[in-house]
Amino acid sequence: MKELRELARKLLSEGTVKVVIGYEEGVRGVRAAFITDAAECDSLIFDHRCVQNLVAYLNPRRKQITQLGKPAIVVKGCDARSVAGLLREKQIERGNVVIIAARCGGVLEDSTSGVELSAETVSVRCGGCETREPKLYDYLIGEAQPAPPVNLRRVELIAKLKKMSTDERWAWWNEQLSRCIRCHACREACPMCFCVQCTADKGQPQWIDSSATLRGNRAWQTMRVLHQAGRCVDCLECERACPEHIPLGLLAGFVGETVKHRFDYVASDDPSLRAPLGIFSNDDEEEFIQ
Amino acid sequence: MPENTDSKSVQWSPKVVAFVCNWCTYTGADLAGTSRLKMVPNVRVIRLNCSSRVNPLFIIKAFERGADGVIVSGCHPGDCHYSTGNYYARRRFAVLYDLLDFLGVDRNRVTFSWVSASEGNKWQHVVNETAERIAALGPFRPFAEKCGEMR
Repeated sequence: MKELRELARKLLSEGTVKVVIGYEEGVRGVRAAFITDAAECDSLIFDHRCVQNLVAYLNPRRKQITQLGKPAIVVKGCDARSVAGLLREKQIERGNVVIIAARCGGVLEDSTSGVELSAETVSVRCGGCETREPKLYDYLIGEAQPAPPVNLRRVELIAKLKKMSTDERWAWWNEQLSRCIRCHACREACPMCFCVQCTADKGQPQWIDSSATLRGNRAWQTMRVLHQAGRCVDCLECERACPEHIPLGLLAGFVGETVKHRFDYVASDDPSLRAPLGIFSNDDEEEFIQ
Repeated sequence: MPENTDSKSVQWSPKVVAFVCNWCTYTGADLAGTSRLKMVPNVRVIRLNCSSRVNPLFIIKAFERGADGVIVSGCHPGDCHYSTGNYYARRRFAVLYDLLDFLGVDRNRVTFSWVSASEGNKWQHVVNETAERIAALGPFRPFAEKCGEMR
């Protein structure tokens, strides 16, 4: 923590960056902090409650943050993959951001609780973490961390859904998606949703019902998750942002599995690797094509 | 799907929307027509430049607007008029195919196929087989009606 604060202070006072995007203590758990004054760096923290993926704030669509000037951002190894995604898709330039990667040994699903990490409390995405030692960074802080516990909740739920009949699954998802109020918080929270105009906002032609009908909700989530296929880093910001607690992480997890299974690809922290749906292989499986 | 009382009525016959590429499948379908091959009249063909022009939203939209089934068809791999369009399409459809199933849409309602310009017979088979399969499944009303209800 001291290391992080000193680094932030140095970057700000030297004028290398204009803002440090990191974590601070909030009223309800940990929240994002935007430090522009070197004197305020002591509020920065990093621990196992820092579940948020802050890379959404690098999103060029967020003018109120980009106007602050060149940012430094605190990322976990897994979040660095979002930075790689933005670099890969030419949304930001490598020279215009300072990446402070913190070694992380797993984060809590619910950052407000502050309990110890265990198989019940750890985020579902931490299982099998391969980014404990971040590769994409300017500064690496913290000590090497042990492997996080594994939370099987999502894997088990996906398996349970797969075992259902198609009609049962249809009904299950109807129940979930009928709660959607189409606030599009899942889009706003997503580091990879940076389109200037979203298809869901288009009126001519209108692709997706703009009101909260089950039909529109289904189309919206299907489209959103398809657009994320192979780009999603599974940070679960969508699920956390959802005011109706729709298990959007299931969709992210399922599509992640599909992409891994079909194209042998897991979202990577190497910006030079191309996303799987932007490339192809001559011998992709086509068992579903007549 | 539940409550398919319509399927028993005489009037209902499946509505299938086919998104086909201009260079292979459309020409193949044309050949099937000029060869006077017998095909069921349930398929509405929509001609596009390439199978990679098919946005997965087209398929969802077709279902929303009352289609009971969808066919997507393009050139065989290696034969794409634009060299690589169908390879990209294949990756996209693979993800869509899995996702539809996960969201509870019966995958049998969607047919992906490669039909070349000389395969009039294959097009006939795809059309007849799909229409038959959809007829057995019954109308796909949930997407069109049940999902349209306000919550």
